[in-house]
Amino acid sequence: MVRLVRNLKELYKYRVLIQNLVSRELKARYRGTVLGFLWSFFNPLLLMIVYTLVFGLILKGGRGIEFGDSSTLYAIFLFTGLLPWTWFSSSTLESANVLMIHGNLIKKILFPAEILPVVTVLSNLIHFSFGLPILLLFLLVFGKGLTFYALLLPVVVLVQMVFSLGFGFLISSLTVHFRDIKDILANLLTLWFFATPIIYPLSFDSLQKSSFLRTLINLNPMTHIIEGYHSCLFYGTLFHWKRLGLTLVVGLVLFYFGYSVFDRLRDSFPEEV
Amino acid sequence: MAAIELDHVGRVYQKYSSRHRFQTFKSALVRGDLFGSLKANELVTALSDISLQVEKGETFGLIGENGSGKSTLLKIIAGIAKPTVGRVRTEGKISALIELGAGFHPEISGRENVFINGIMLGLTKKEIVRKFEEIVRFAELEEFIDAPVKTYSSGMYMRLGFSVAINVNPDILLTDEVLSVGDAAFVPKCLDKIDDFRRRKKTIVFVSHDLDTVKKICDRVAWIKDGRIQMLGEPKRTVDAYLEDIATKQEEDFQERQARTASATTGSSAMTASSEAAGPSAPPAFEEGRRENRWGKREVEIRKVTLRGLGGEEKHVFHPEEGLIVELDVAAACPVEDFVFGIGVFNSLGTACYGTNTNLEDLEPKHLEGEGKVVCRIERLNLINGTYYLDVAVHKRDGYSYDYHQNLYSFLVSSAAYKDVGVARLLHTWEFSPGIEFGPPDKKRP
Repeated sequence: MVRLVRNLKELYKYRVLIQNLVSRELKARYRGTVLGFLWSFFNPLLLMIVYTLVFGLILKGGRGIEFGDSSTLYAIFLFTGLLPWTWFSSSTLESANVLMIHGNLIKKILFPAEILPVVTVLSNLIHFSFGLPILLLFLLVFGKGLTFYALLLPVVVLVQMVFSLGFGFLISSLTVHFRDIKDILANLLTLWFFATPIIYPLSFDSLQKSSFLRTLINLNPMTHIIEGYHSCLFYGTLFHWKRLGLTLVVGLVLFYFGYSVFDRLRDSFPEEV
Repeated sequence: MAAIELDHVGRVYQKYSSRHRFQTFKSALVRGDLFGSLKANELVTALSDISLQVEKGETFGLIGENGSGKSTLLKIIAGIAKPTVGRVRTEGKISALIELGAGFHPEISGRENVFINGIMLGLTKKEIVRKFEEIVRFAELEEFIDAPVKTYSSGMYMRLGFSVAINVNPDILLTDEVLSVGDAAFVPKCLDKIDDFRRRKKTIVFVSHDLDTVKKICDRVAWIKDGRIQMLGEPKRTVDAYLEDIATKQEEDFQERQARTASATTGSSAMTASSEAAGPSAPPAFEEGRRENRWGKREVEIRKVTLRGLGGEEKHVFHPEEGLIVELDVAAACPVEDFVFGIGVFNSLGTACYGTNTNLEDLEPKHLEGEGKVVCRIERLNLINGTYYLDVAVHKRDGYSYDYHQNLYSFLVSSAAYKDVGVARLLHTWEFSPGIEFGPPDKKRP
């Protein structure tokens, strides 16, 4: 634990570098594209349209009573969950690769490797925050409007960040030794996506009927994080703070565990990446 | 106070087989025992028991063959790799020129890369702003600094990398072979910069295969062999010992190769059938492997080429002032009246060092029939150190080849005591008037 704190302090010293690497990541990502950083808006928007088409129009009956006949409302519900999920899933997928992609840095420069997963999570956070104004606009125009509970959004973001970082540390360091994780992960994330109330609300019929399914979904930390977003933004109510609080604890434990694994494997990185 | 202190440092690398990985992964999943089973099934010792101190302001050289552990040692000093055993202590800011431009991102401009790379190497943003002009000027990239790095040539890439790293202004500079990639104009600039460092009493650890530079700029040199310090001390002596070791190894190599081709040739009867006259000593050294460099219809055939010392013993490694005998076993299928024997000596760059033939020396051919021996006796090689290749040929006076062997034979000229450069070693002595004095030579030449 002492070591963790010391290393985190060390990490703080590298904040200028982290900041620069994040901005480099953002610049490099859309370099050469016509729309440039506008893609940060369009990507989630397009994804929302796809899901709205499928679940809002085609599988119309299956979307629960809550939205009635309103496809717009459903689309906005979807968007509220999709945006943070995209942050989580791209962070995780990119973390799996990040040490290998930047192997040169680890091998050739004195460089604290934990910067790399942090940069990954942060640059995806920036993408997320680019999408946020659009979401807020939609909520105001087409949704139920915003309440003061929207101000609690940073709390949910924080919980997700702790969770993503912990997971990022774990995945990035393990993938160095077991490259197969990359492939498992892509599929796991699809499963995970559907096990999180993003395309369906927690109040969905079949969930209400089956306590087994409900327990299963409640065991998923991402459920409570996404529900947090739904509460603050879509429903405009206070989030379930006990559940979110517990999720934060789970996130912190994961962070500690992930970081410890990362730290244990650190010395093997220069040879293995 | 030492700037770098290594205390019994050792480094063991782990090798994992994919099968082992699978088992590790499995047991990690099944038993949750990741670290216990993540032990290597094979260990490779890269360094063992290295103890040395580099004083502040010292320029310290590391030499040794590829794979001897020099770079690992440098990485350990830099803190990039951790020693498996032992202790490393360094004092002051370190900049390691291990791979230039290692942190560059190809998609963004040189300008942005300078900033990020500089920060990675430990500069603050302000410092970079202050030094930016100088960095760009030194790299000679004024016009291209705003272009993405992926459009740079490898030379430009390297120059920018060097320029950033050198401007970090470290207390300890570690360089690994970085000068070997620069062009003729840039390398002197880099050496100037390194000289500048030395004048400012900074500590430098210099890894290089360029032994002349090592001798010139280093105060002390360590020779690393198989992960251990073989010798540590005065640059000239250490470099000489290293060269001596290489020469010995080369002779062994030559002999081994010779033995290998010998056994290969005994298998093919045609070549050896007539070479029994040569007695029990080995048949030609390299004929098998390089026959593609041989042409001619072989109306007159060169069946065997033997290199000998003046005493008649077969050998391949010569001292610069030794003599060489080239002995050709020739056989003519039918009597010929137009024939010229020639030899040519080329160095490893392909420069013709010497070539002659019987026609150039006005020897009038009369008659050649059956088998015979042609011996060319060179009283003194007078060549500088290096590998030399030998062409031998028999042809008509108009150039029509009977049998031409190109580069089929090689020999080595090697002496640690001789360091002169050029193509040939011209015989010379030095004389000085009484007003010009030199101390006694620091090493007796054999």
